[in-house]
Amino acid sequence: MALLSKKDANLILDPLADNNPITIQVLGICSALAITAELKASVVMALSVIFVMGVGNVVISLMRNLIPSKIRIIVQLVVVASLVIIVDQVLQAFAYELSKTLGVFIGLIITNCIIMGRFEAFALGNGVWRSFLDGIGNALGYGVILVIVGFFRELLGSGTLFGIPVFGDPVAKTGLYSIGYENNGFMIIPPAALIVVGIIIWVQRSKNRALIEEA
Amino acid sequence: MAIDTEKNSFTVLFAVIMVVVVGSVLAFFASGLRPRIDENERFEKQQNILYAMGVNQNEGAGDVNFIPTNVVEEEFSKYIKEQLILTDAGVEQKEEAYLIDLKKQIAALKNGQEAQLPIFIGEKDGKKTYILPMYGKGLWDAIWGFMSLDENMVVQGVYFDHKGETPGLGANIKQRYFMDDFIGESLLDGNRLAGIGVVKGNNDPANTDKEDNEVDALAGATITGNGVTAMIKESLKLYEPYLKTIRTN
Repeated sequence: MALLSKKDANLILDPLADNNPITIQVLGICSALAITAELKASVVMALSVIFVMGVGNVVISLMRNLIPSKIRIIVQLVVVASLVIIVDQVLQAFAYELSKTLGVFIGLIITNCIIMGRFEAFALGNGVWRSFLDGIGNALGYGVILVIVGFFRELLGSGTLFGIPVFGDPVAKTGLYSIGYENNGFMIIPPAALIVVGIIIWVQRSKNRALIEEA
Repeated sequence: MAIDTEKNSFTVLFAVIMVVVVGSVLAFFASGLRPRIDENERFEKQQNILYAMGVNQNEGAGDVNFIPTNVVEEEFSKYIKEQLILTDAGVEQKEEAYLIDLKKQIAALKNGQEAQLPIFIGEKDGKKTYILPMYGKGLWDAIWGFMSLDENMVVQGVYFDHKGETPGLGANIKQRYFMDDFIGESLLDGNRLAGIGVVKGNNDPANTDKEDNEVDALAGATITGNGVTAMIKESLKLYEPYLKTIRTN
């Protein structure tokens, strides 16, 4: 017996690939550029968004028959904003170093268009369980791209993964650096994230030609 | 009974209930987590001050390693011998002077009000150091730090931090290789308290000249570097009257 029906499973799996919020819908790009210089920050941002989306979608779905349509956008904003403040405070209390690195970007989750988009497009019209899956699925799709971008940017830009040196010591010239390898400082700055996202989009579309939009 | 959610009265009622519920939930979280957050901030400040006076867990070249948070309080009271505040009336002892927000004190001075400038006296391996806090502006936002000096006005160590400098560029002021350059630099130019400039192309990238009042700048972070230069100068100006009383040269 499957844990999830096929329809429900698709709610999680679709956003991971064929309907990815970043590479297909091109939403949530701003945070994908801003915080992916390090893998650790990418992972935490992904986890925070998974939490906010999962809980947010459930809350909105629970209230969907009560929310007056005149003020529904405000209600959605209040829900995201409160959840984000809670995430921020919990990080400050239990992962202080990390909350300093993420700083303003945690606040920026509020403006992440994926979240408002899913509230508006899905949670307002669907049941609690399906909204929860949809939220988790979209956040995972967003998180996967974040982690891929963070992986390449940290590896090529700083020569580390999760802060652990991979290629040797650039100052003491050990490992790869002893044969003339250099870290690419360009990967650290935000435009590099655009290029990495672009490459992911290219790879994804050349694997699945159905995704290519008509010009 | 179906509710007409489109009625104005319902909309208002909904909004009011929502605000009350959300407000209480957030207040509950904020007050519940406040003590922990305050403690984190306190430990961080202690770690930074100790770092600036050379009490840290750095090994060789590489990363910044603070005293771990579980022992920082103990170490802080062990190494920091005196916490002083400088006021118009003179120098006073004050417990927990390290919690004073320098930004507010500088603002008070600018408005012509009385300020309390904190300064700490530490002792490590029998050597006395004076630790000054600093506060200034980088490219995007605030930068701050601590600097420890001896009686000869030679820097024993620094710690810099920032709120929002560019990662990989200005944010590197809190990297070891930048901060370590300050160690051993003299703040004096002749007899004048000149500070230390962050300069490009000073023909001393290895920083062997400790009397030139200069350290090598970070590539791509000119404005942040200038901010550090200005911050050091500003802080020395604030503390000059006190430093005069302790100088031996």
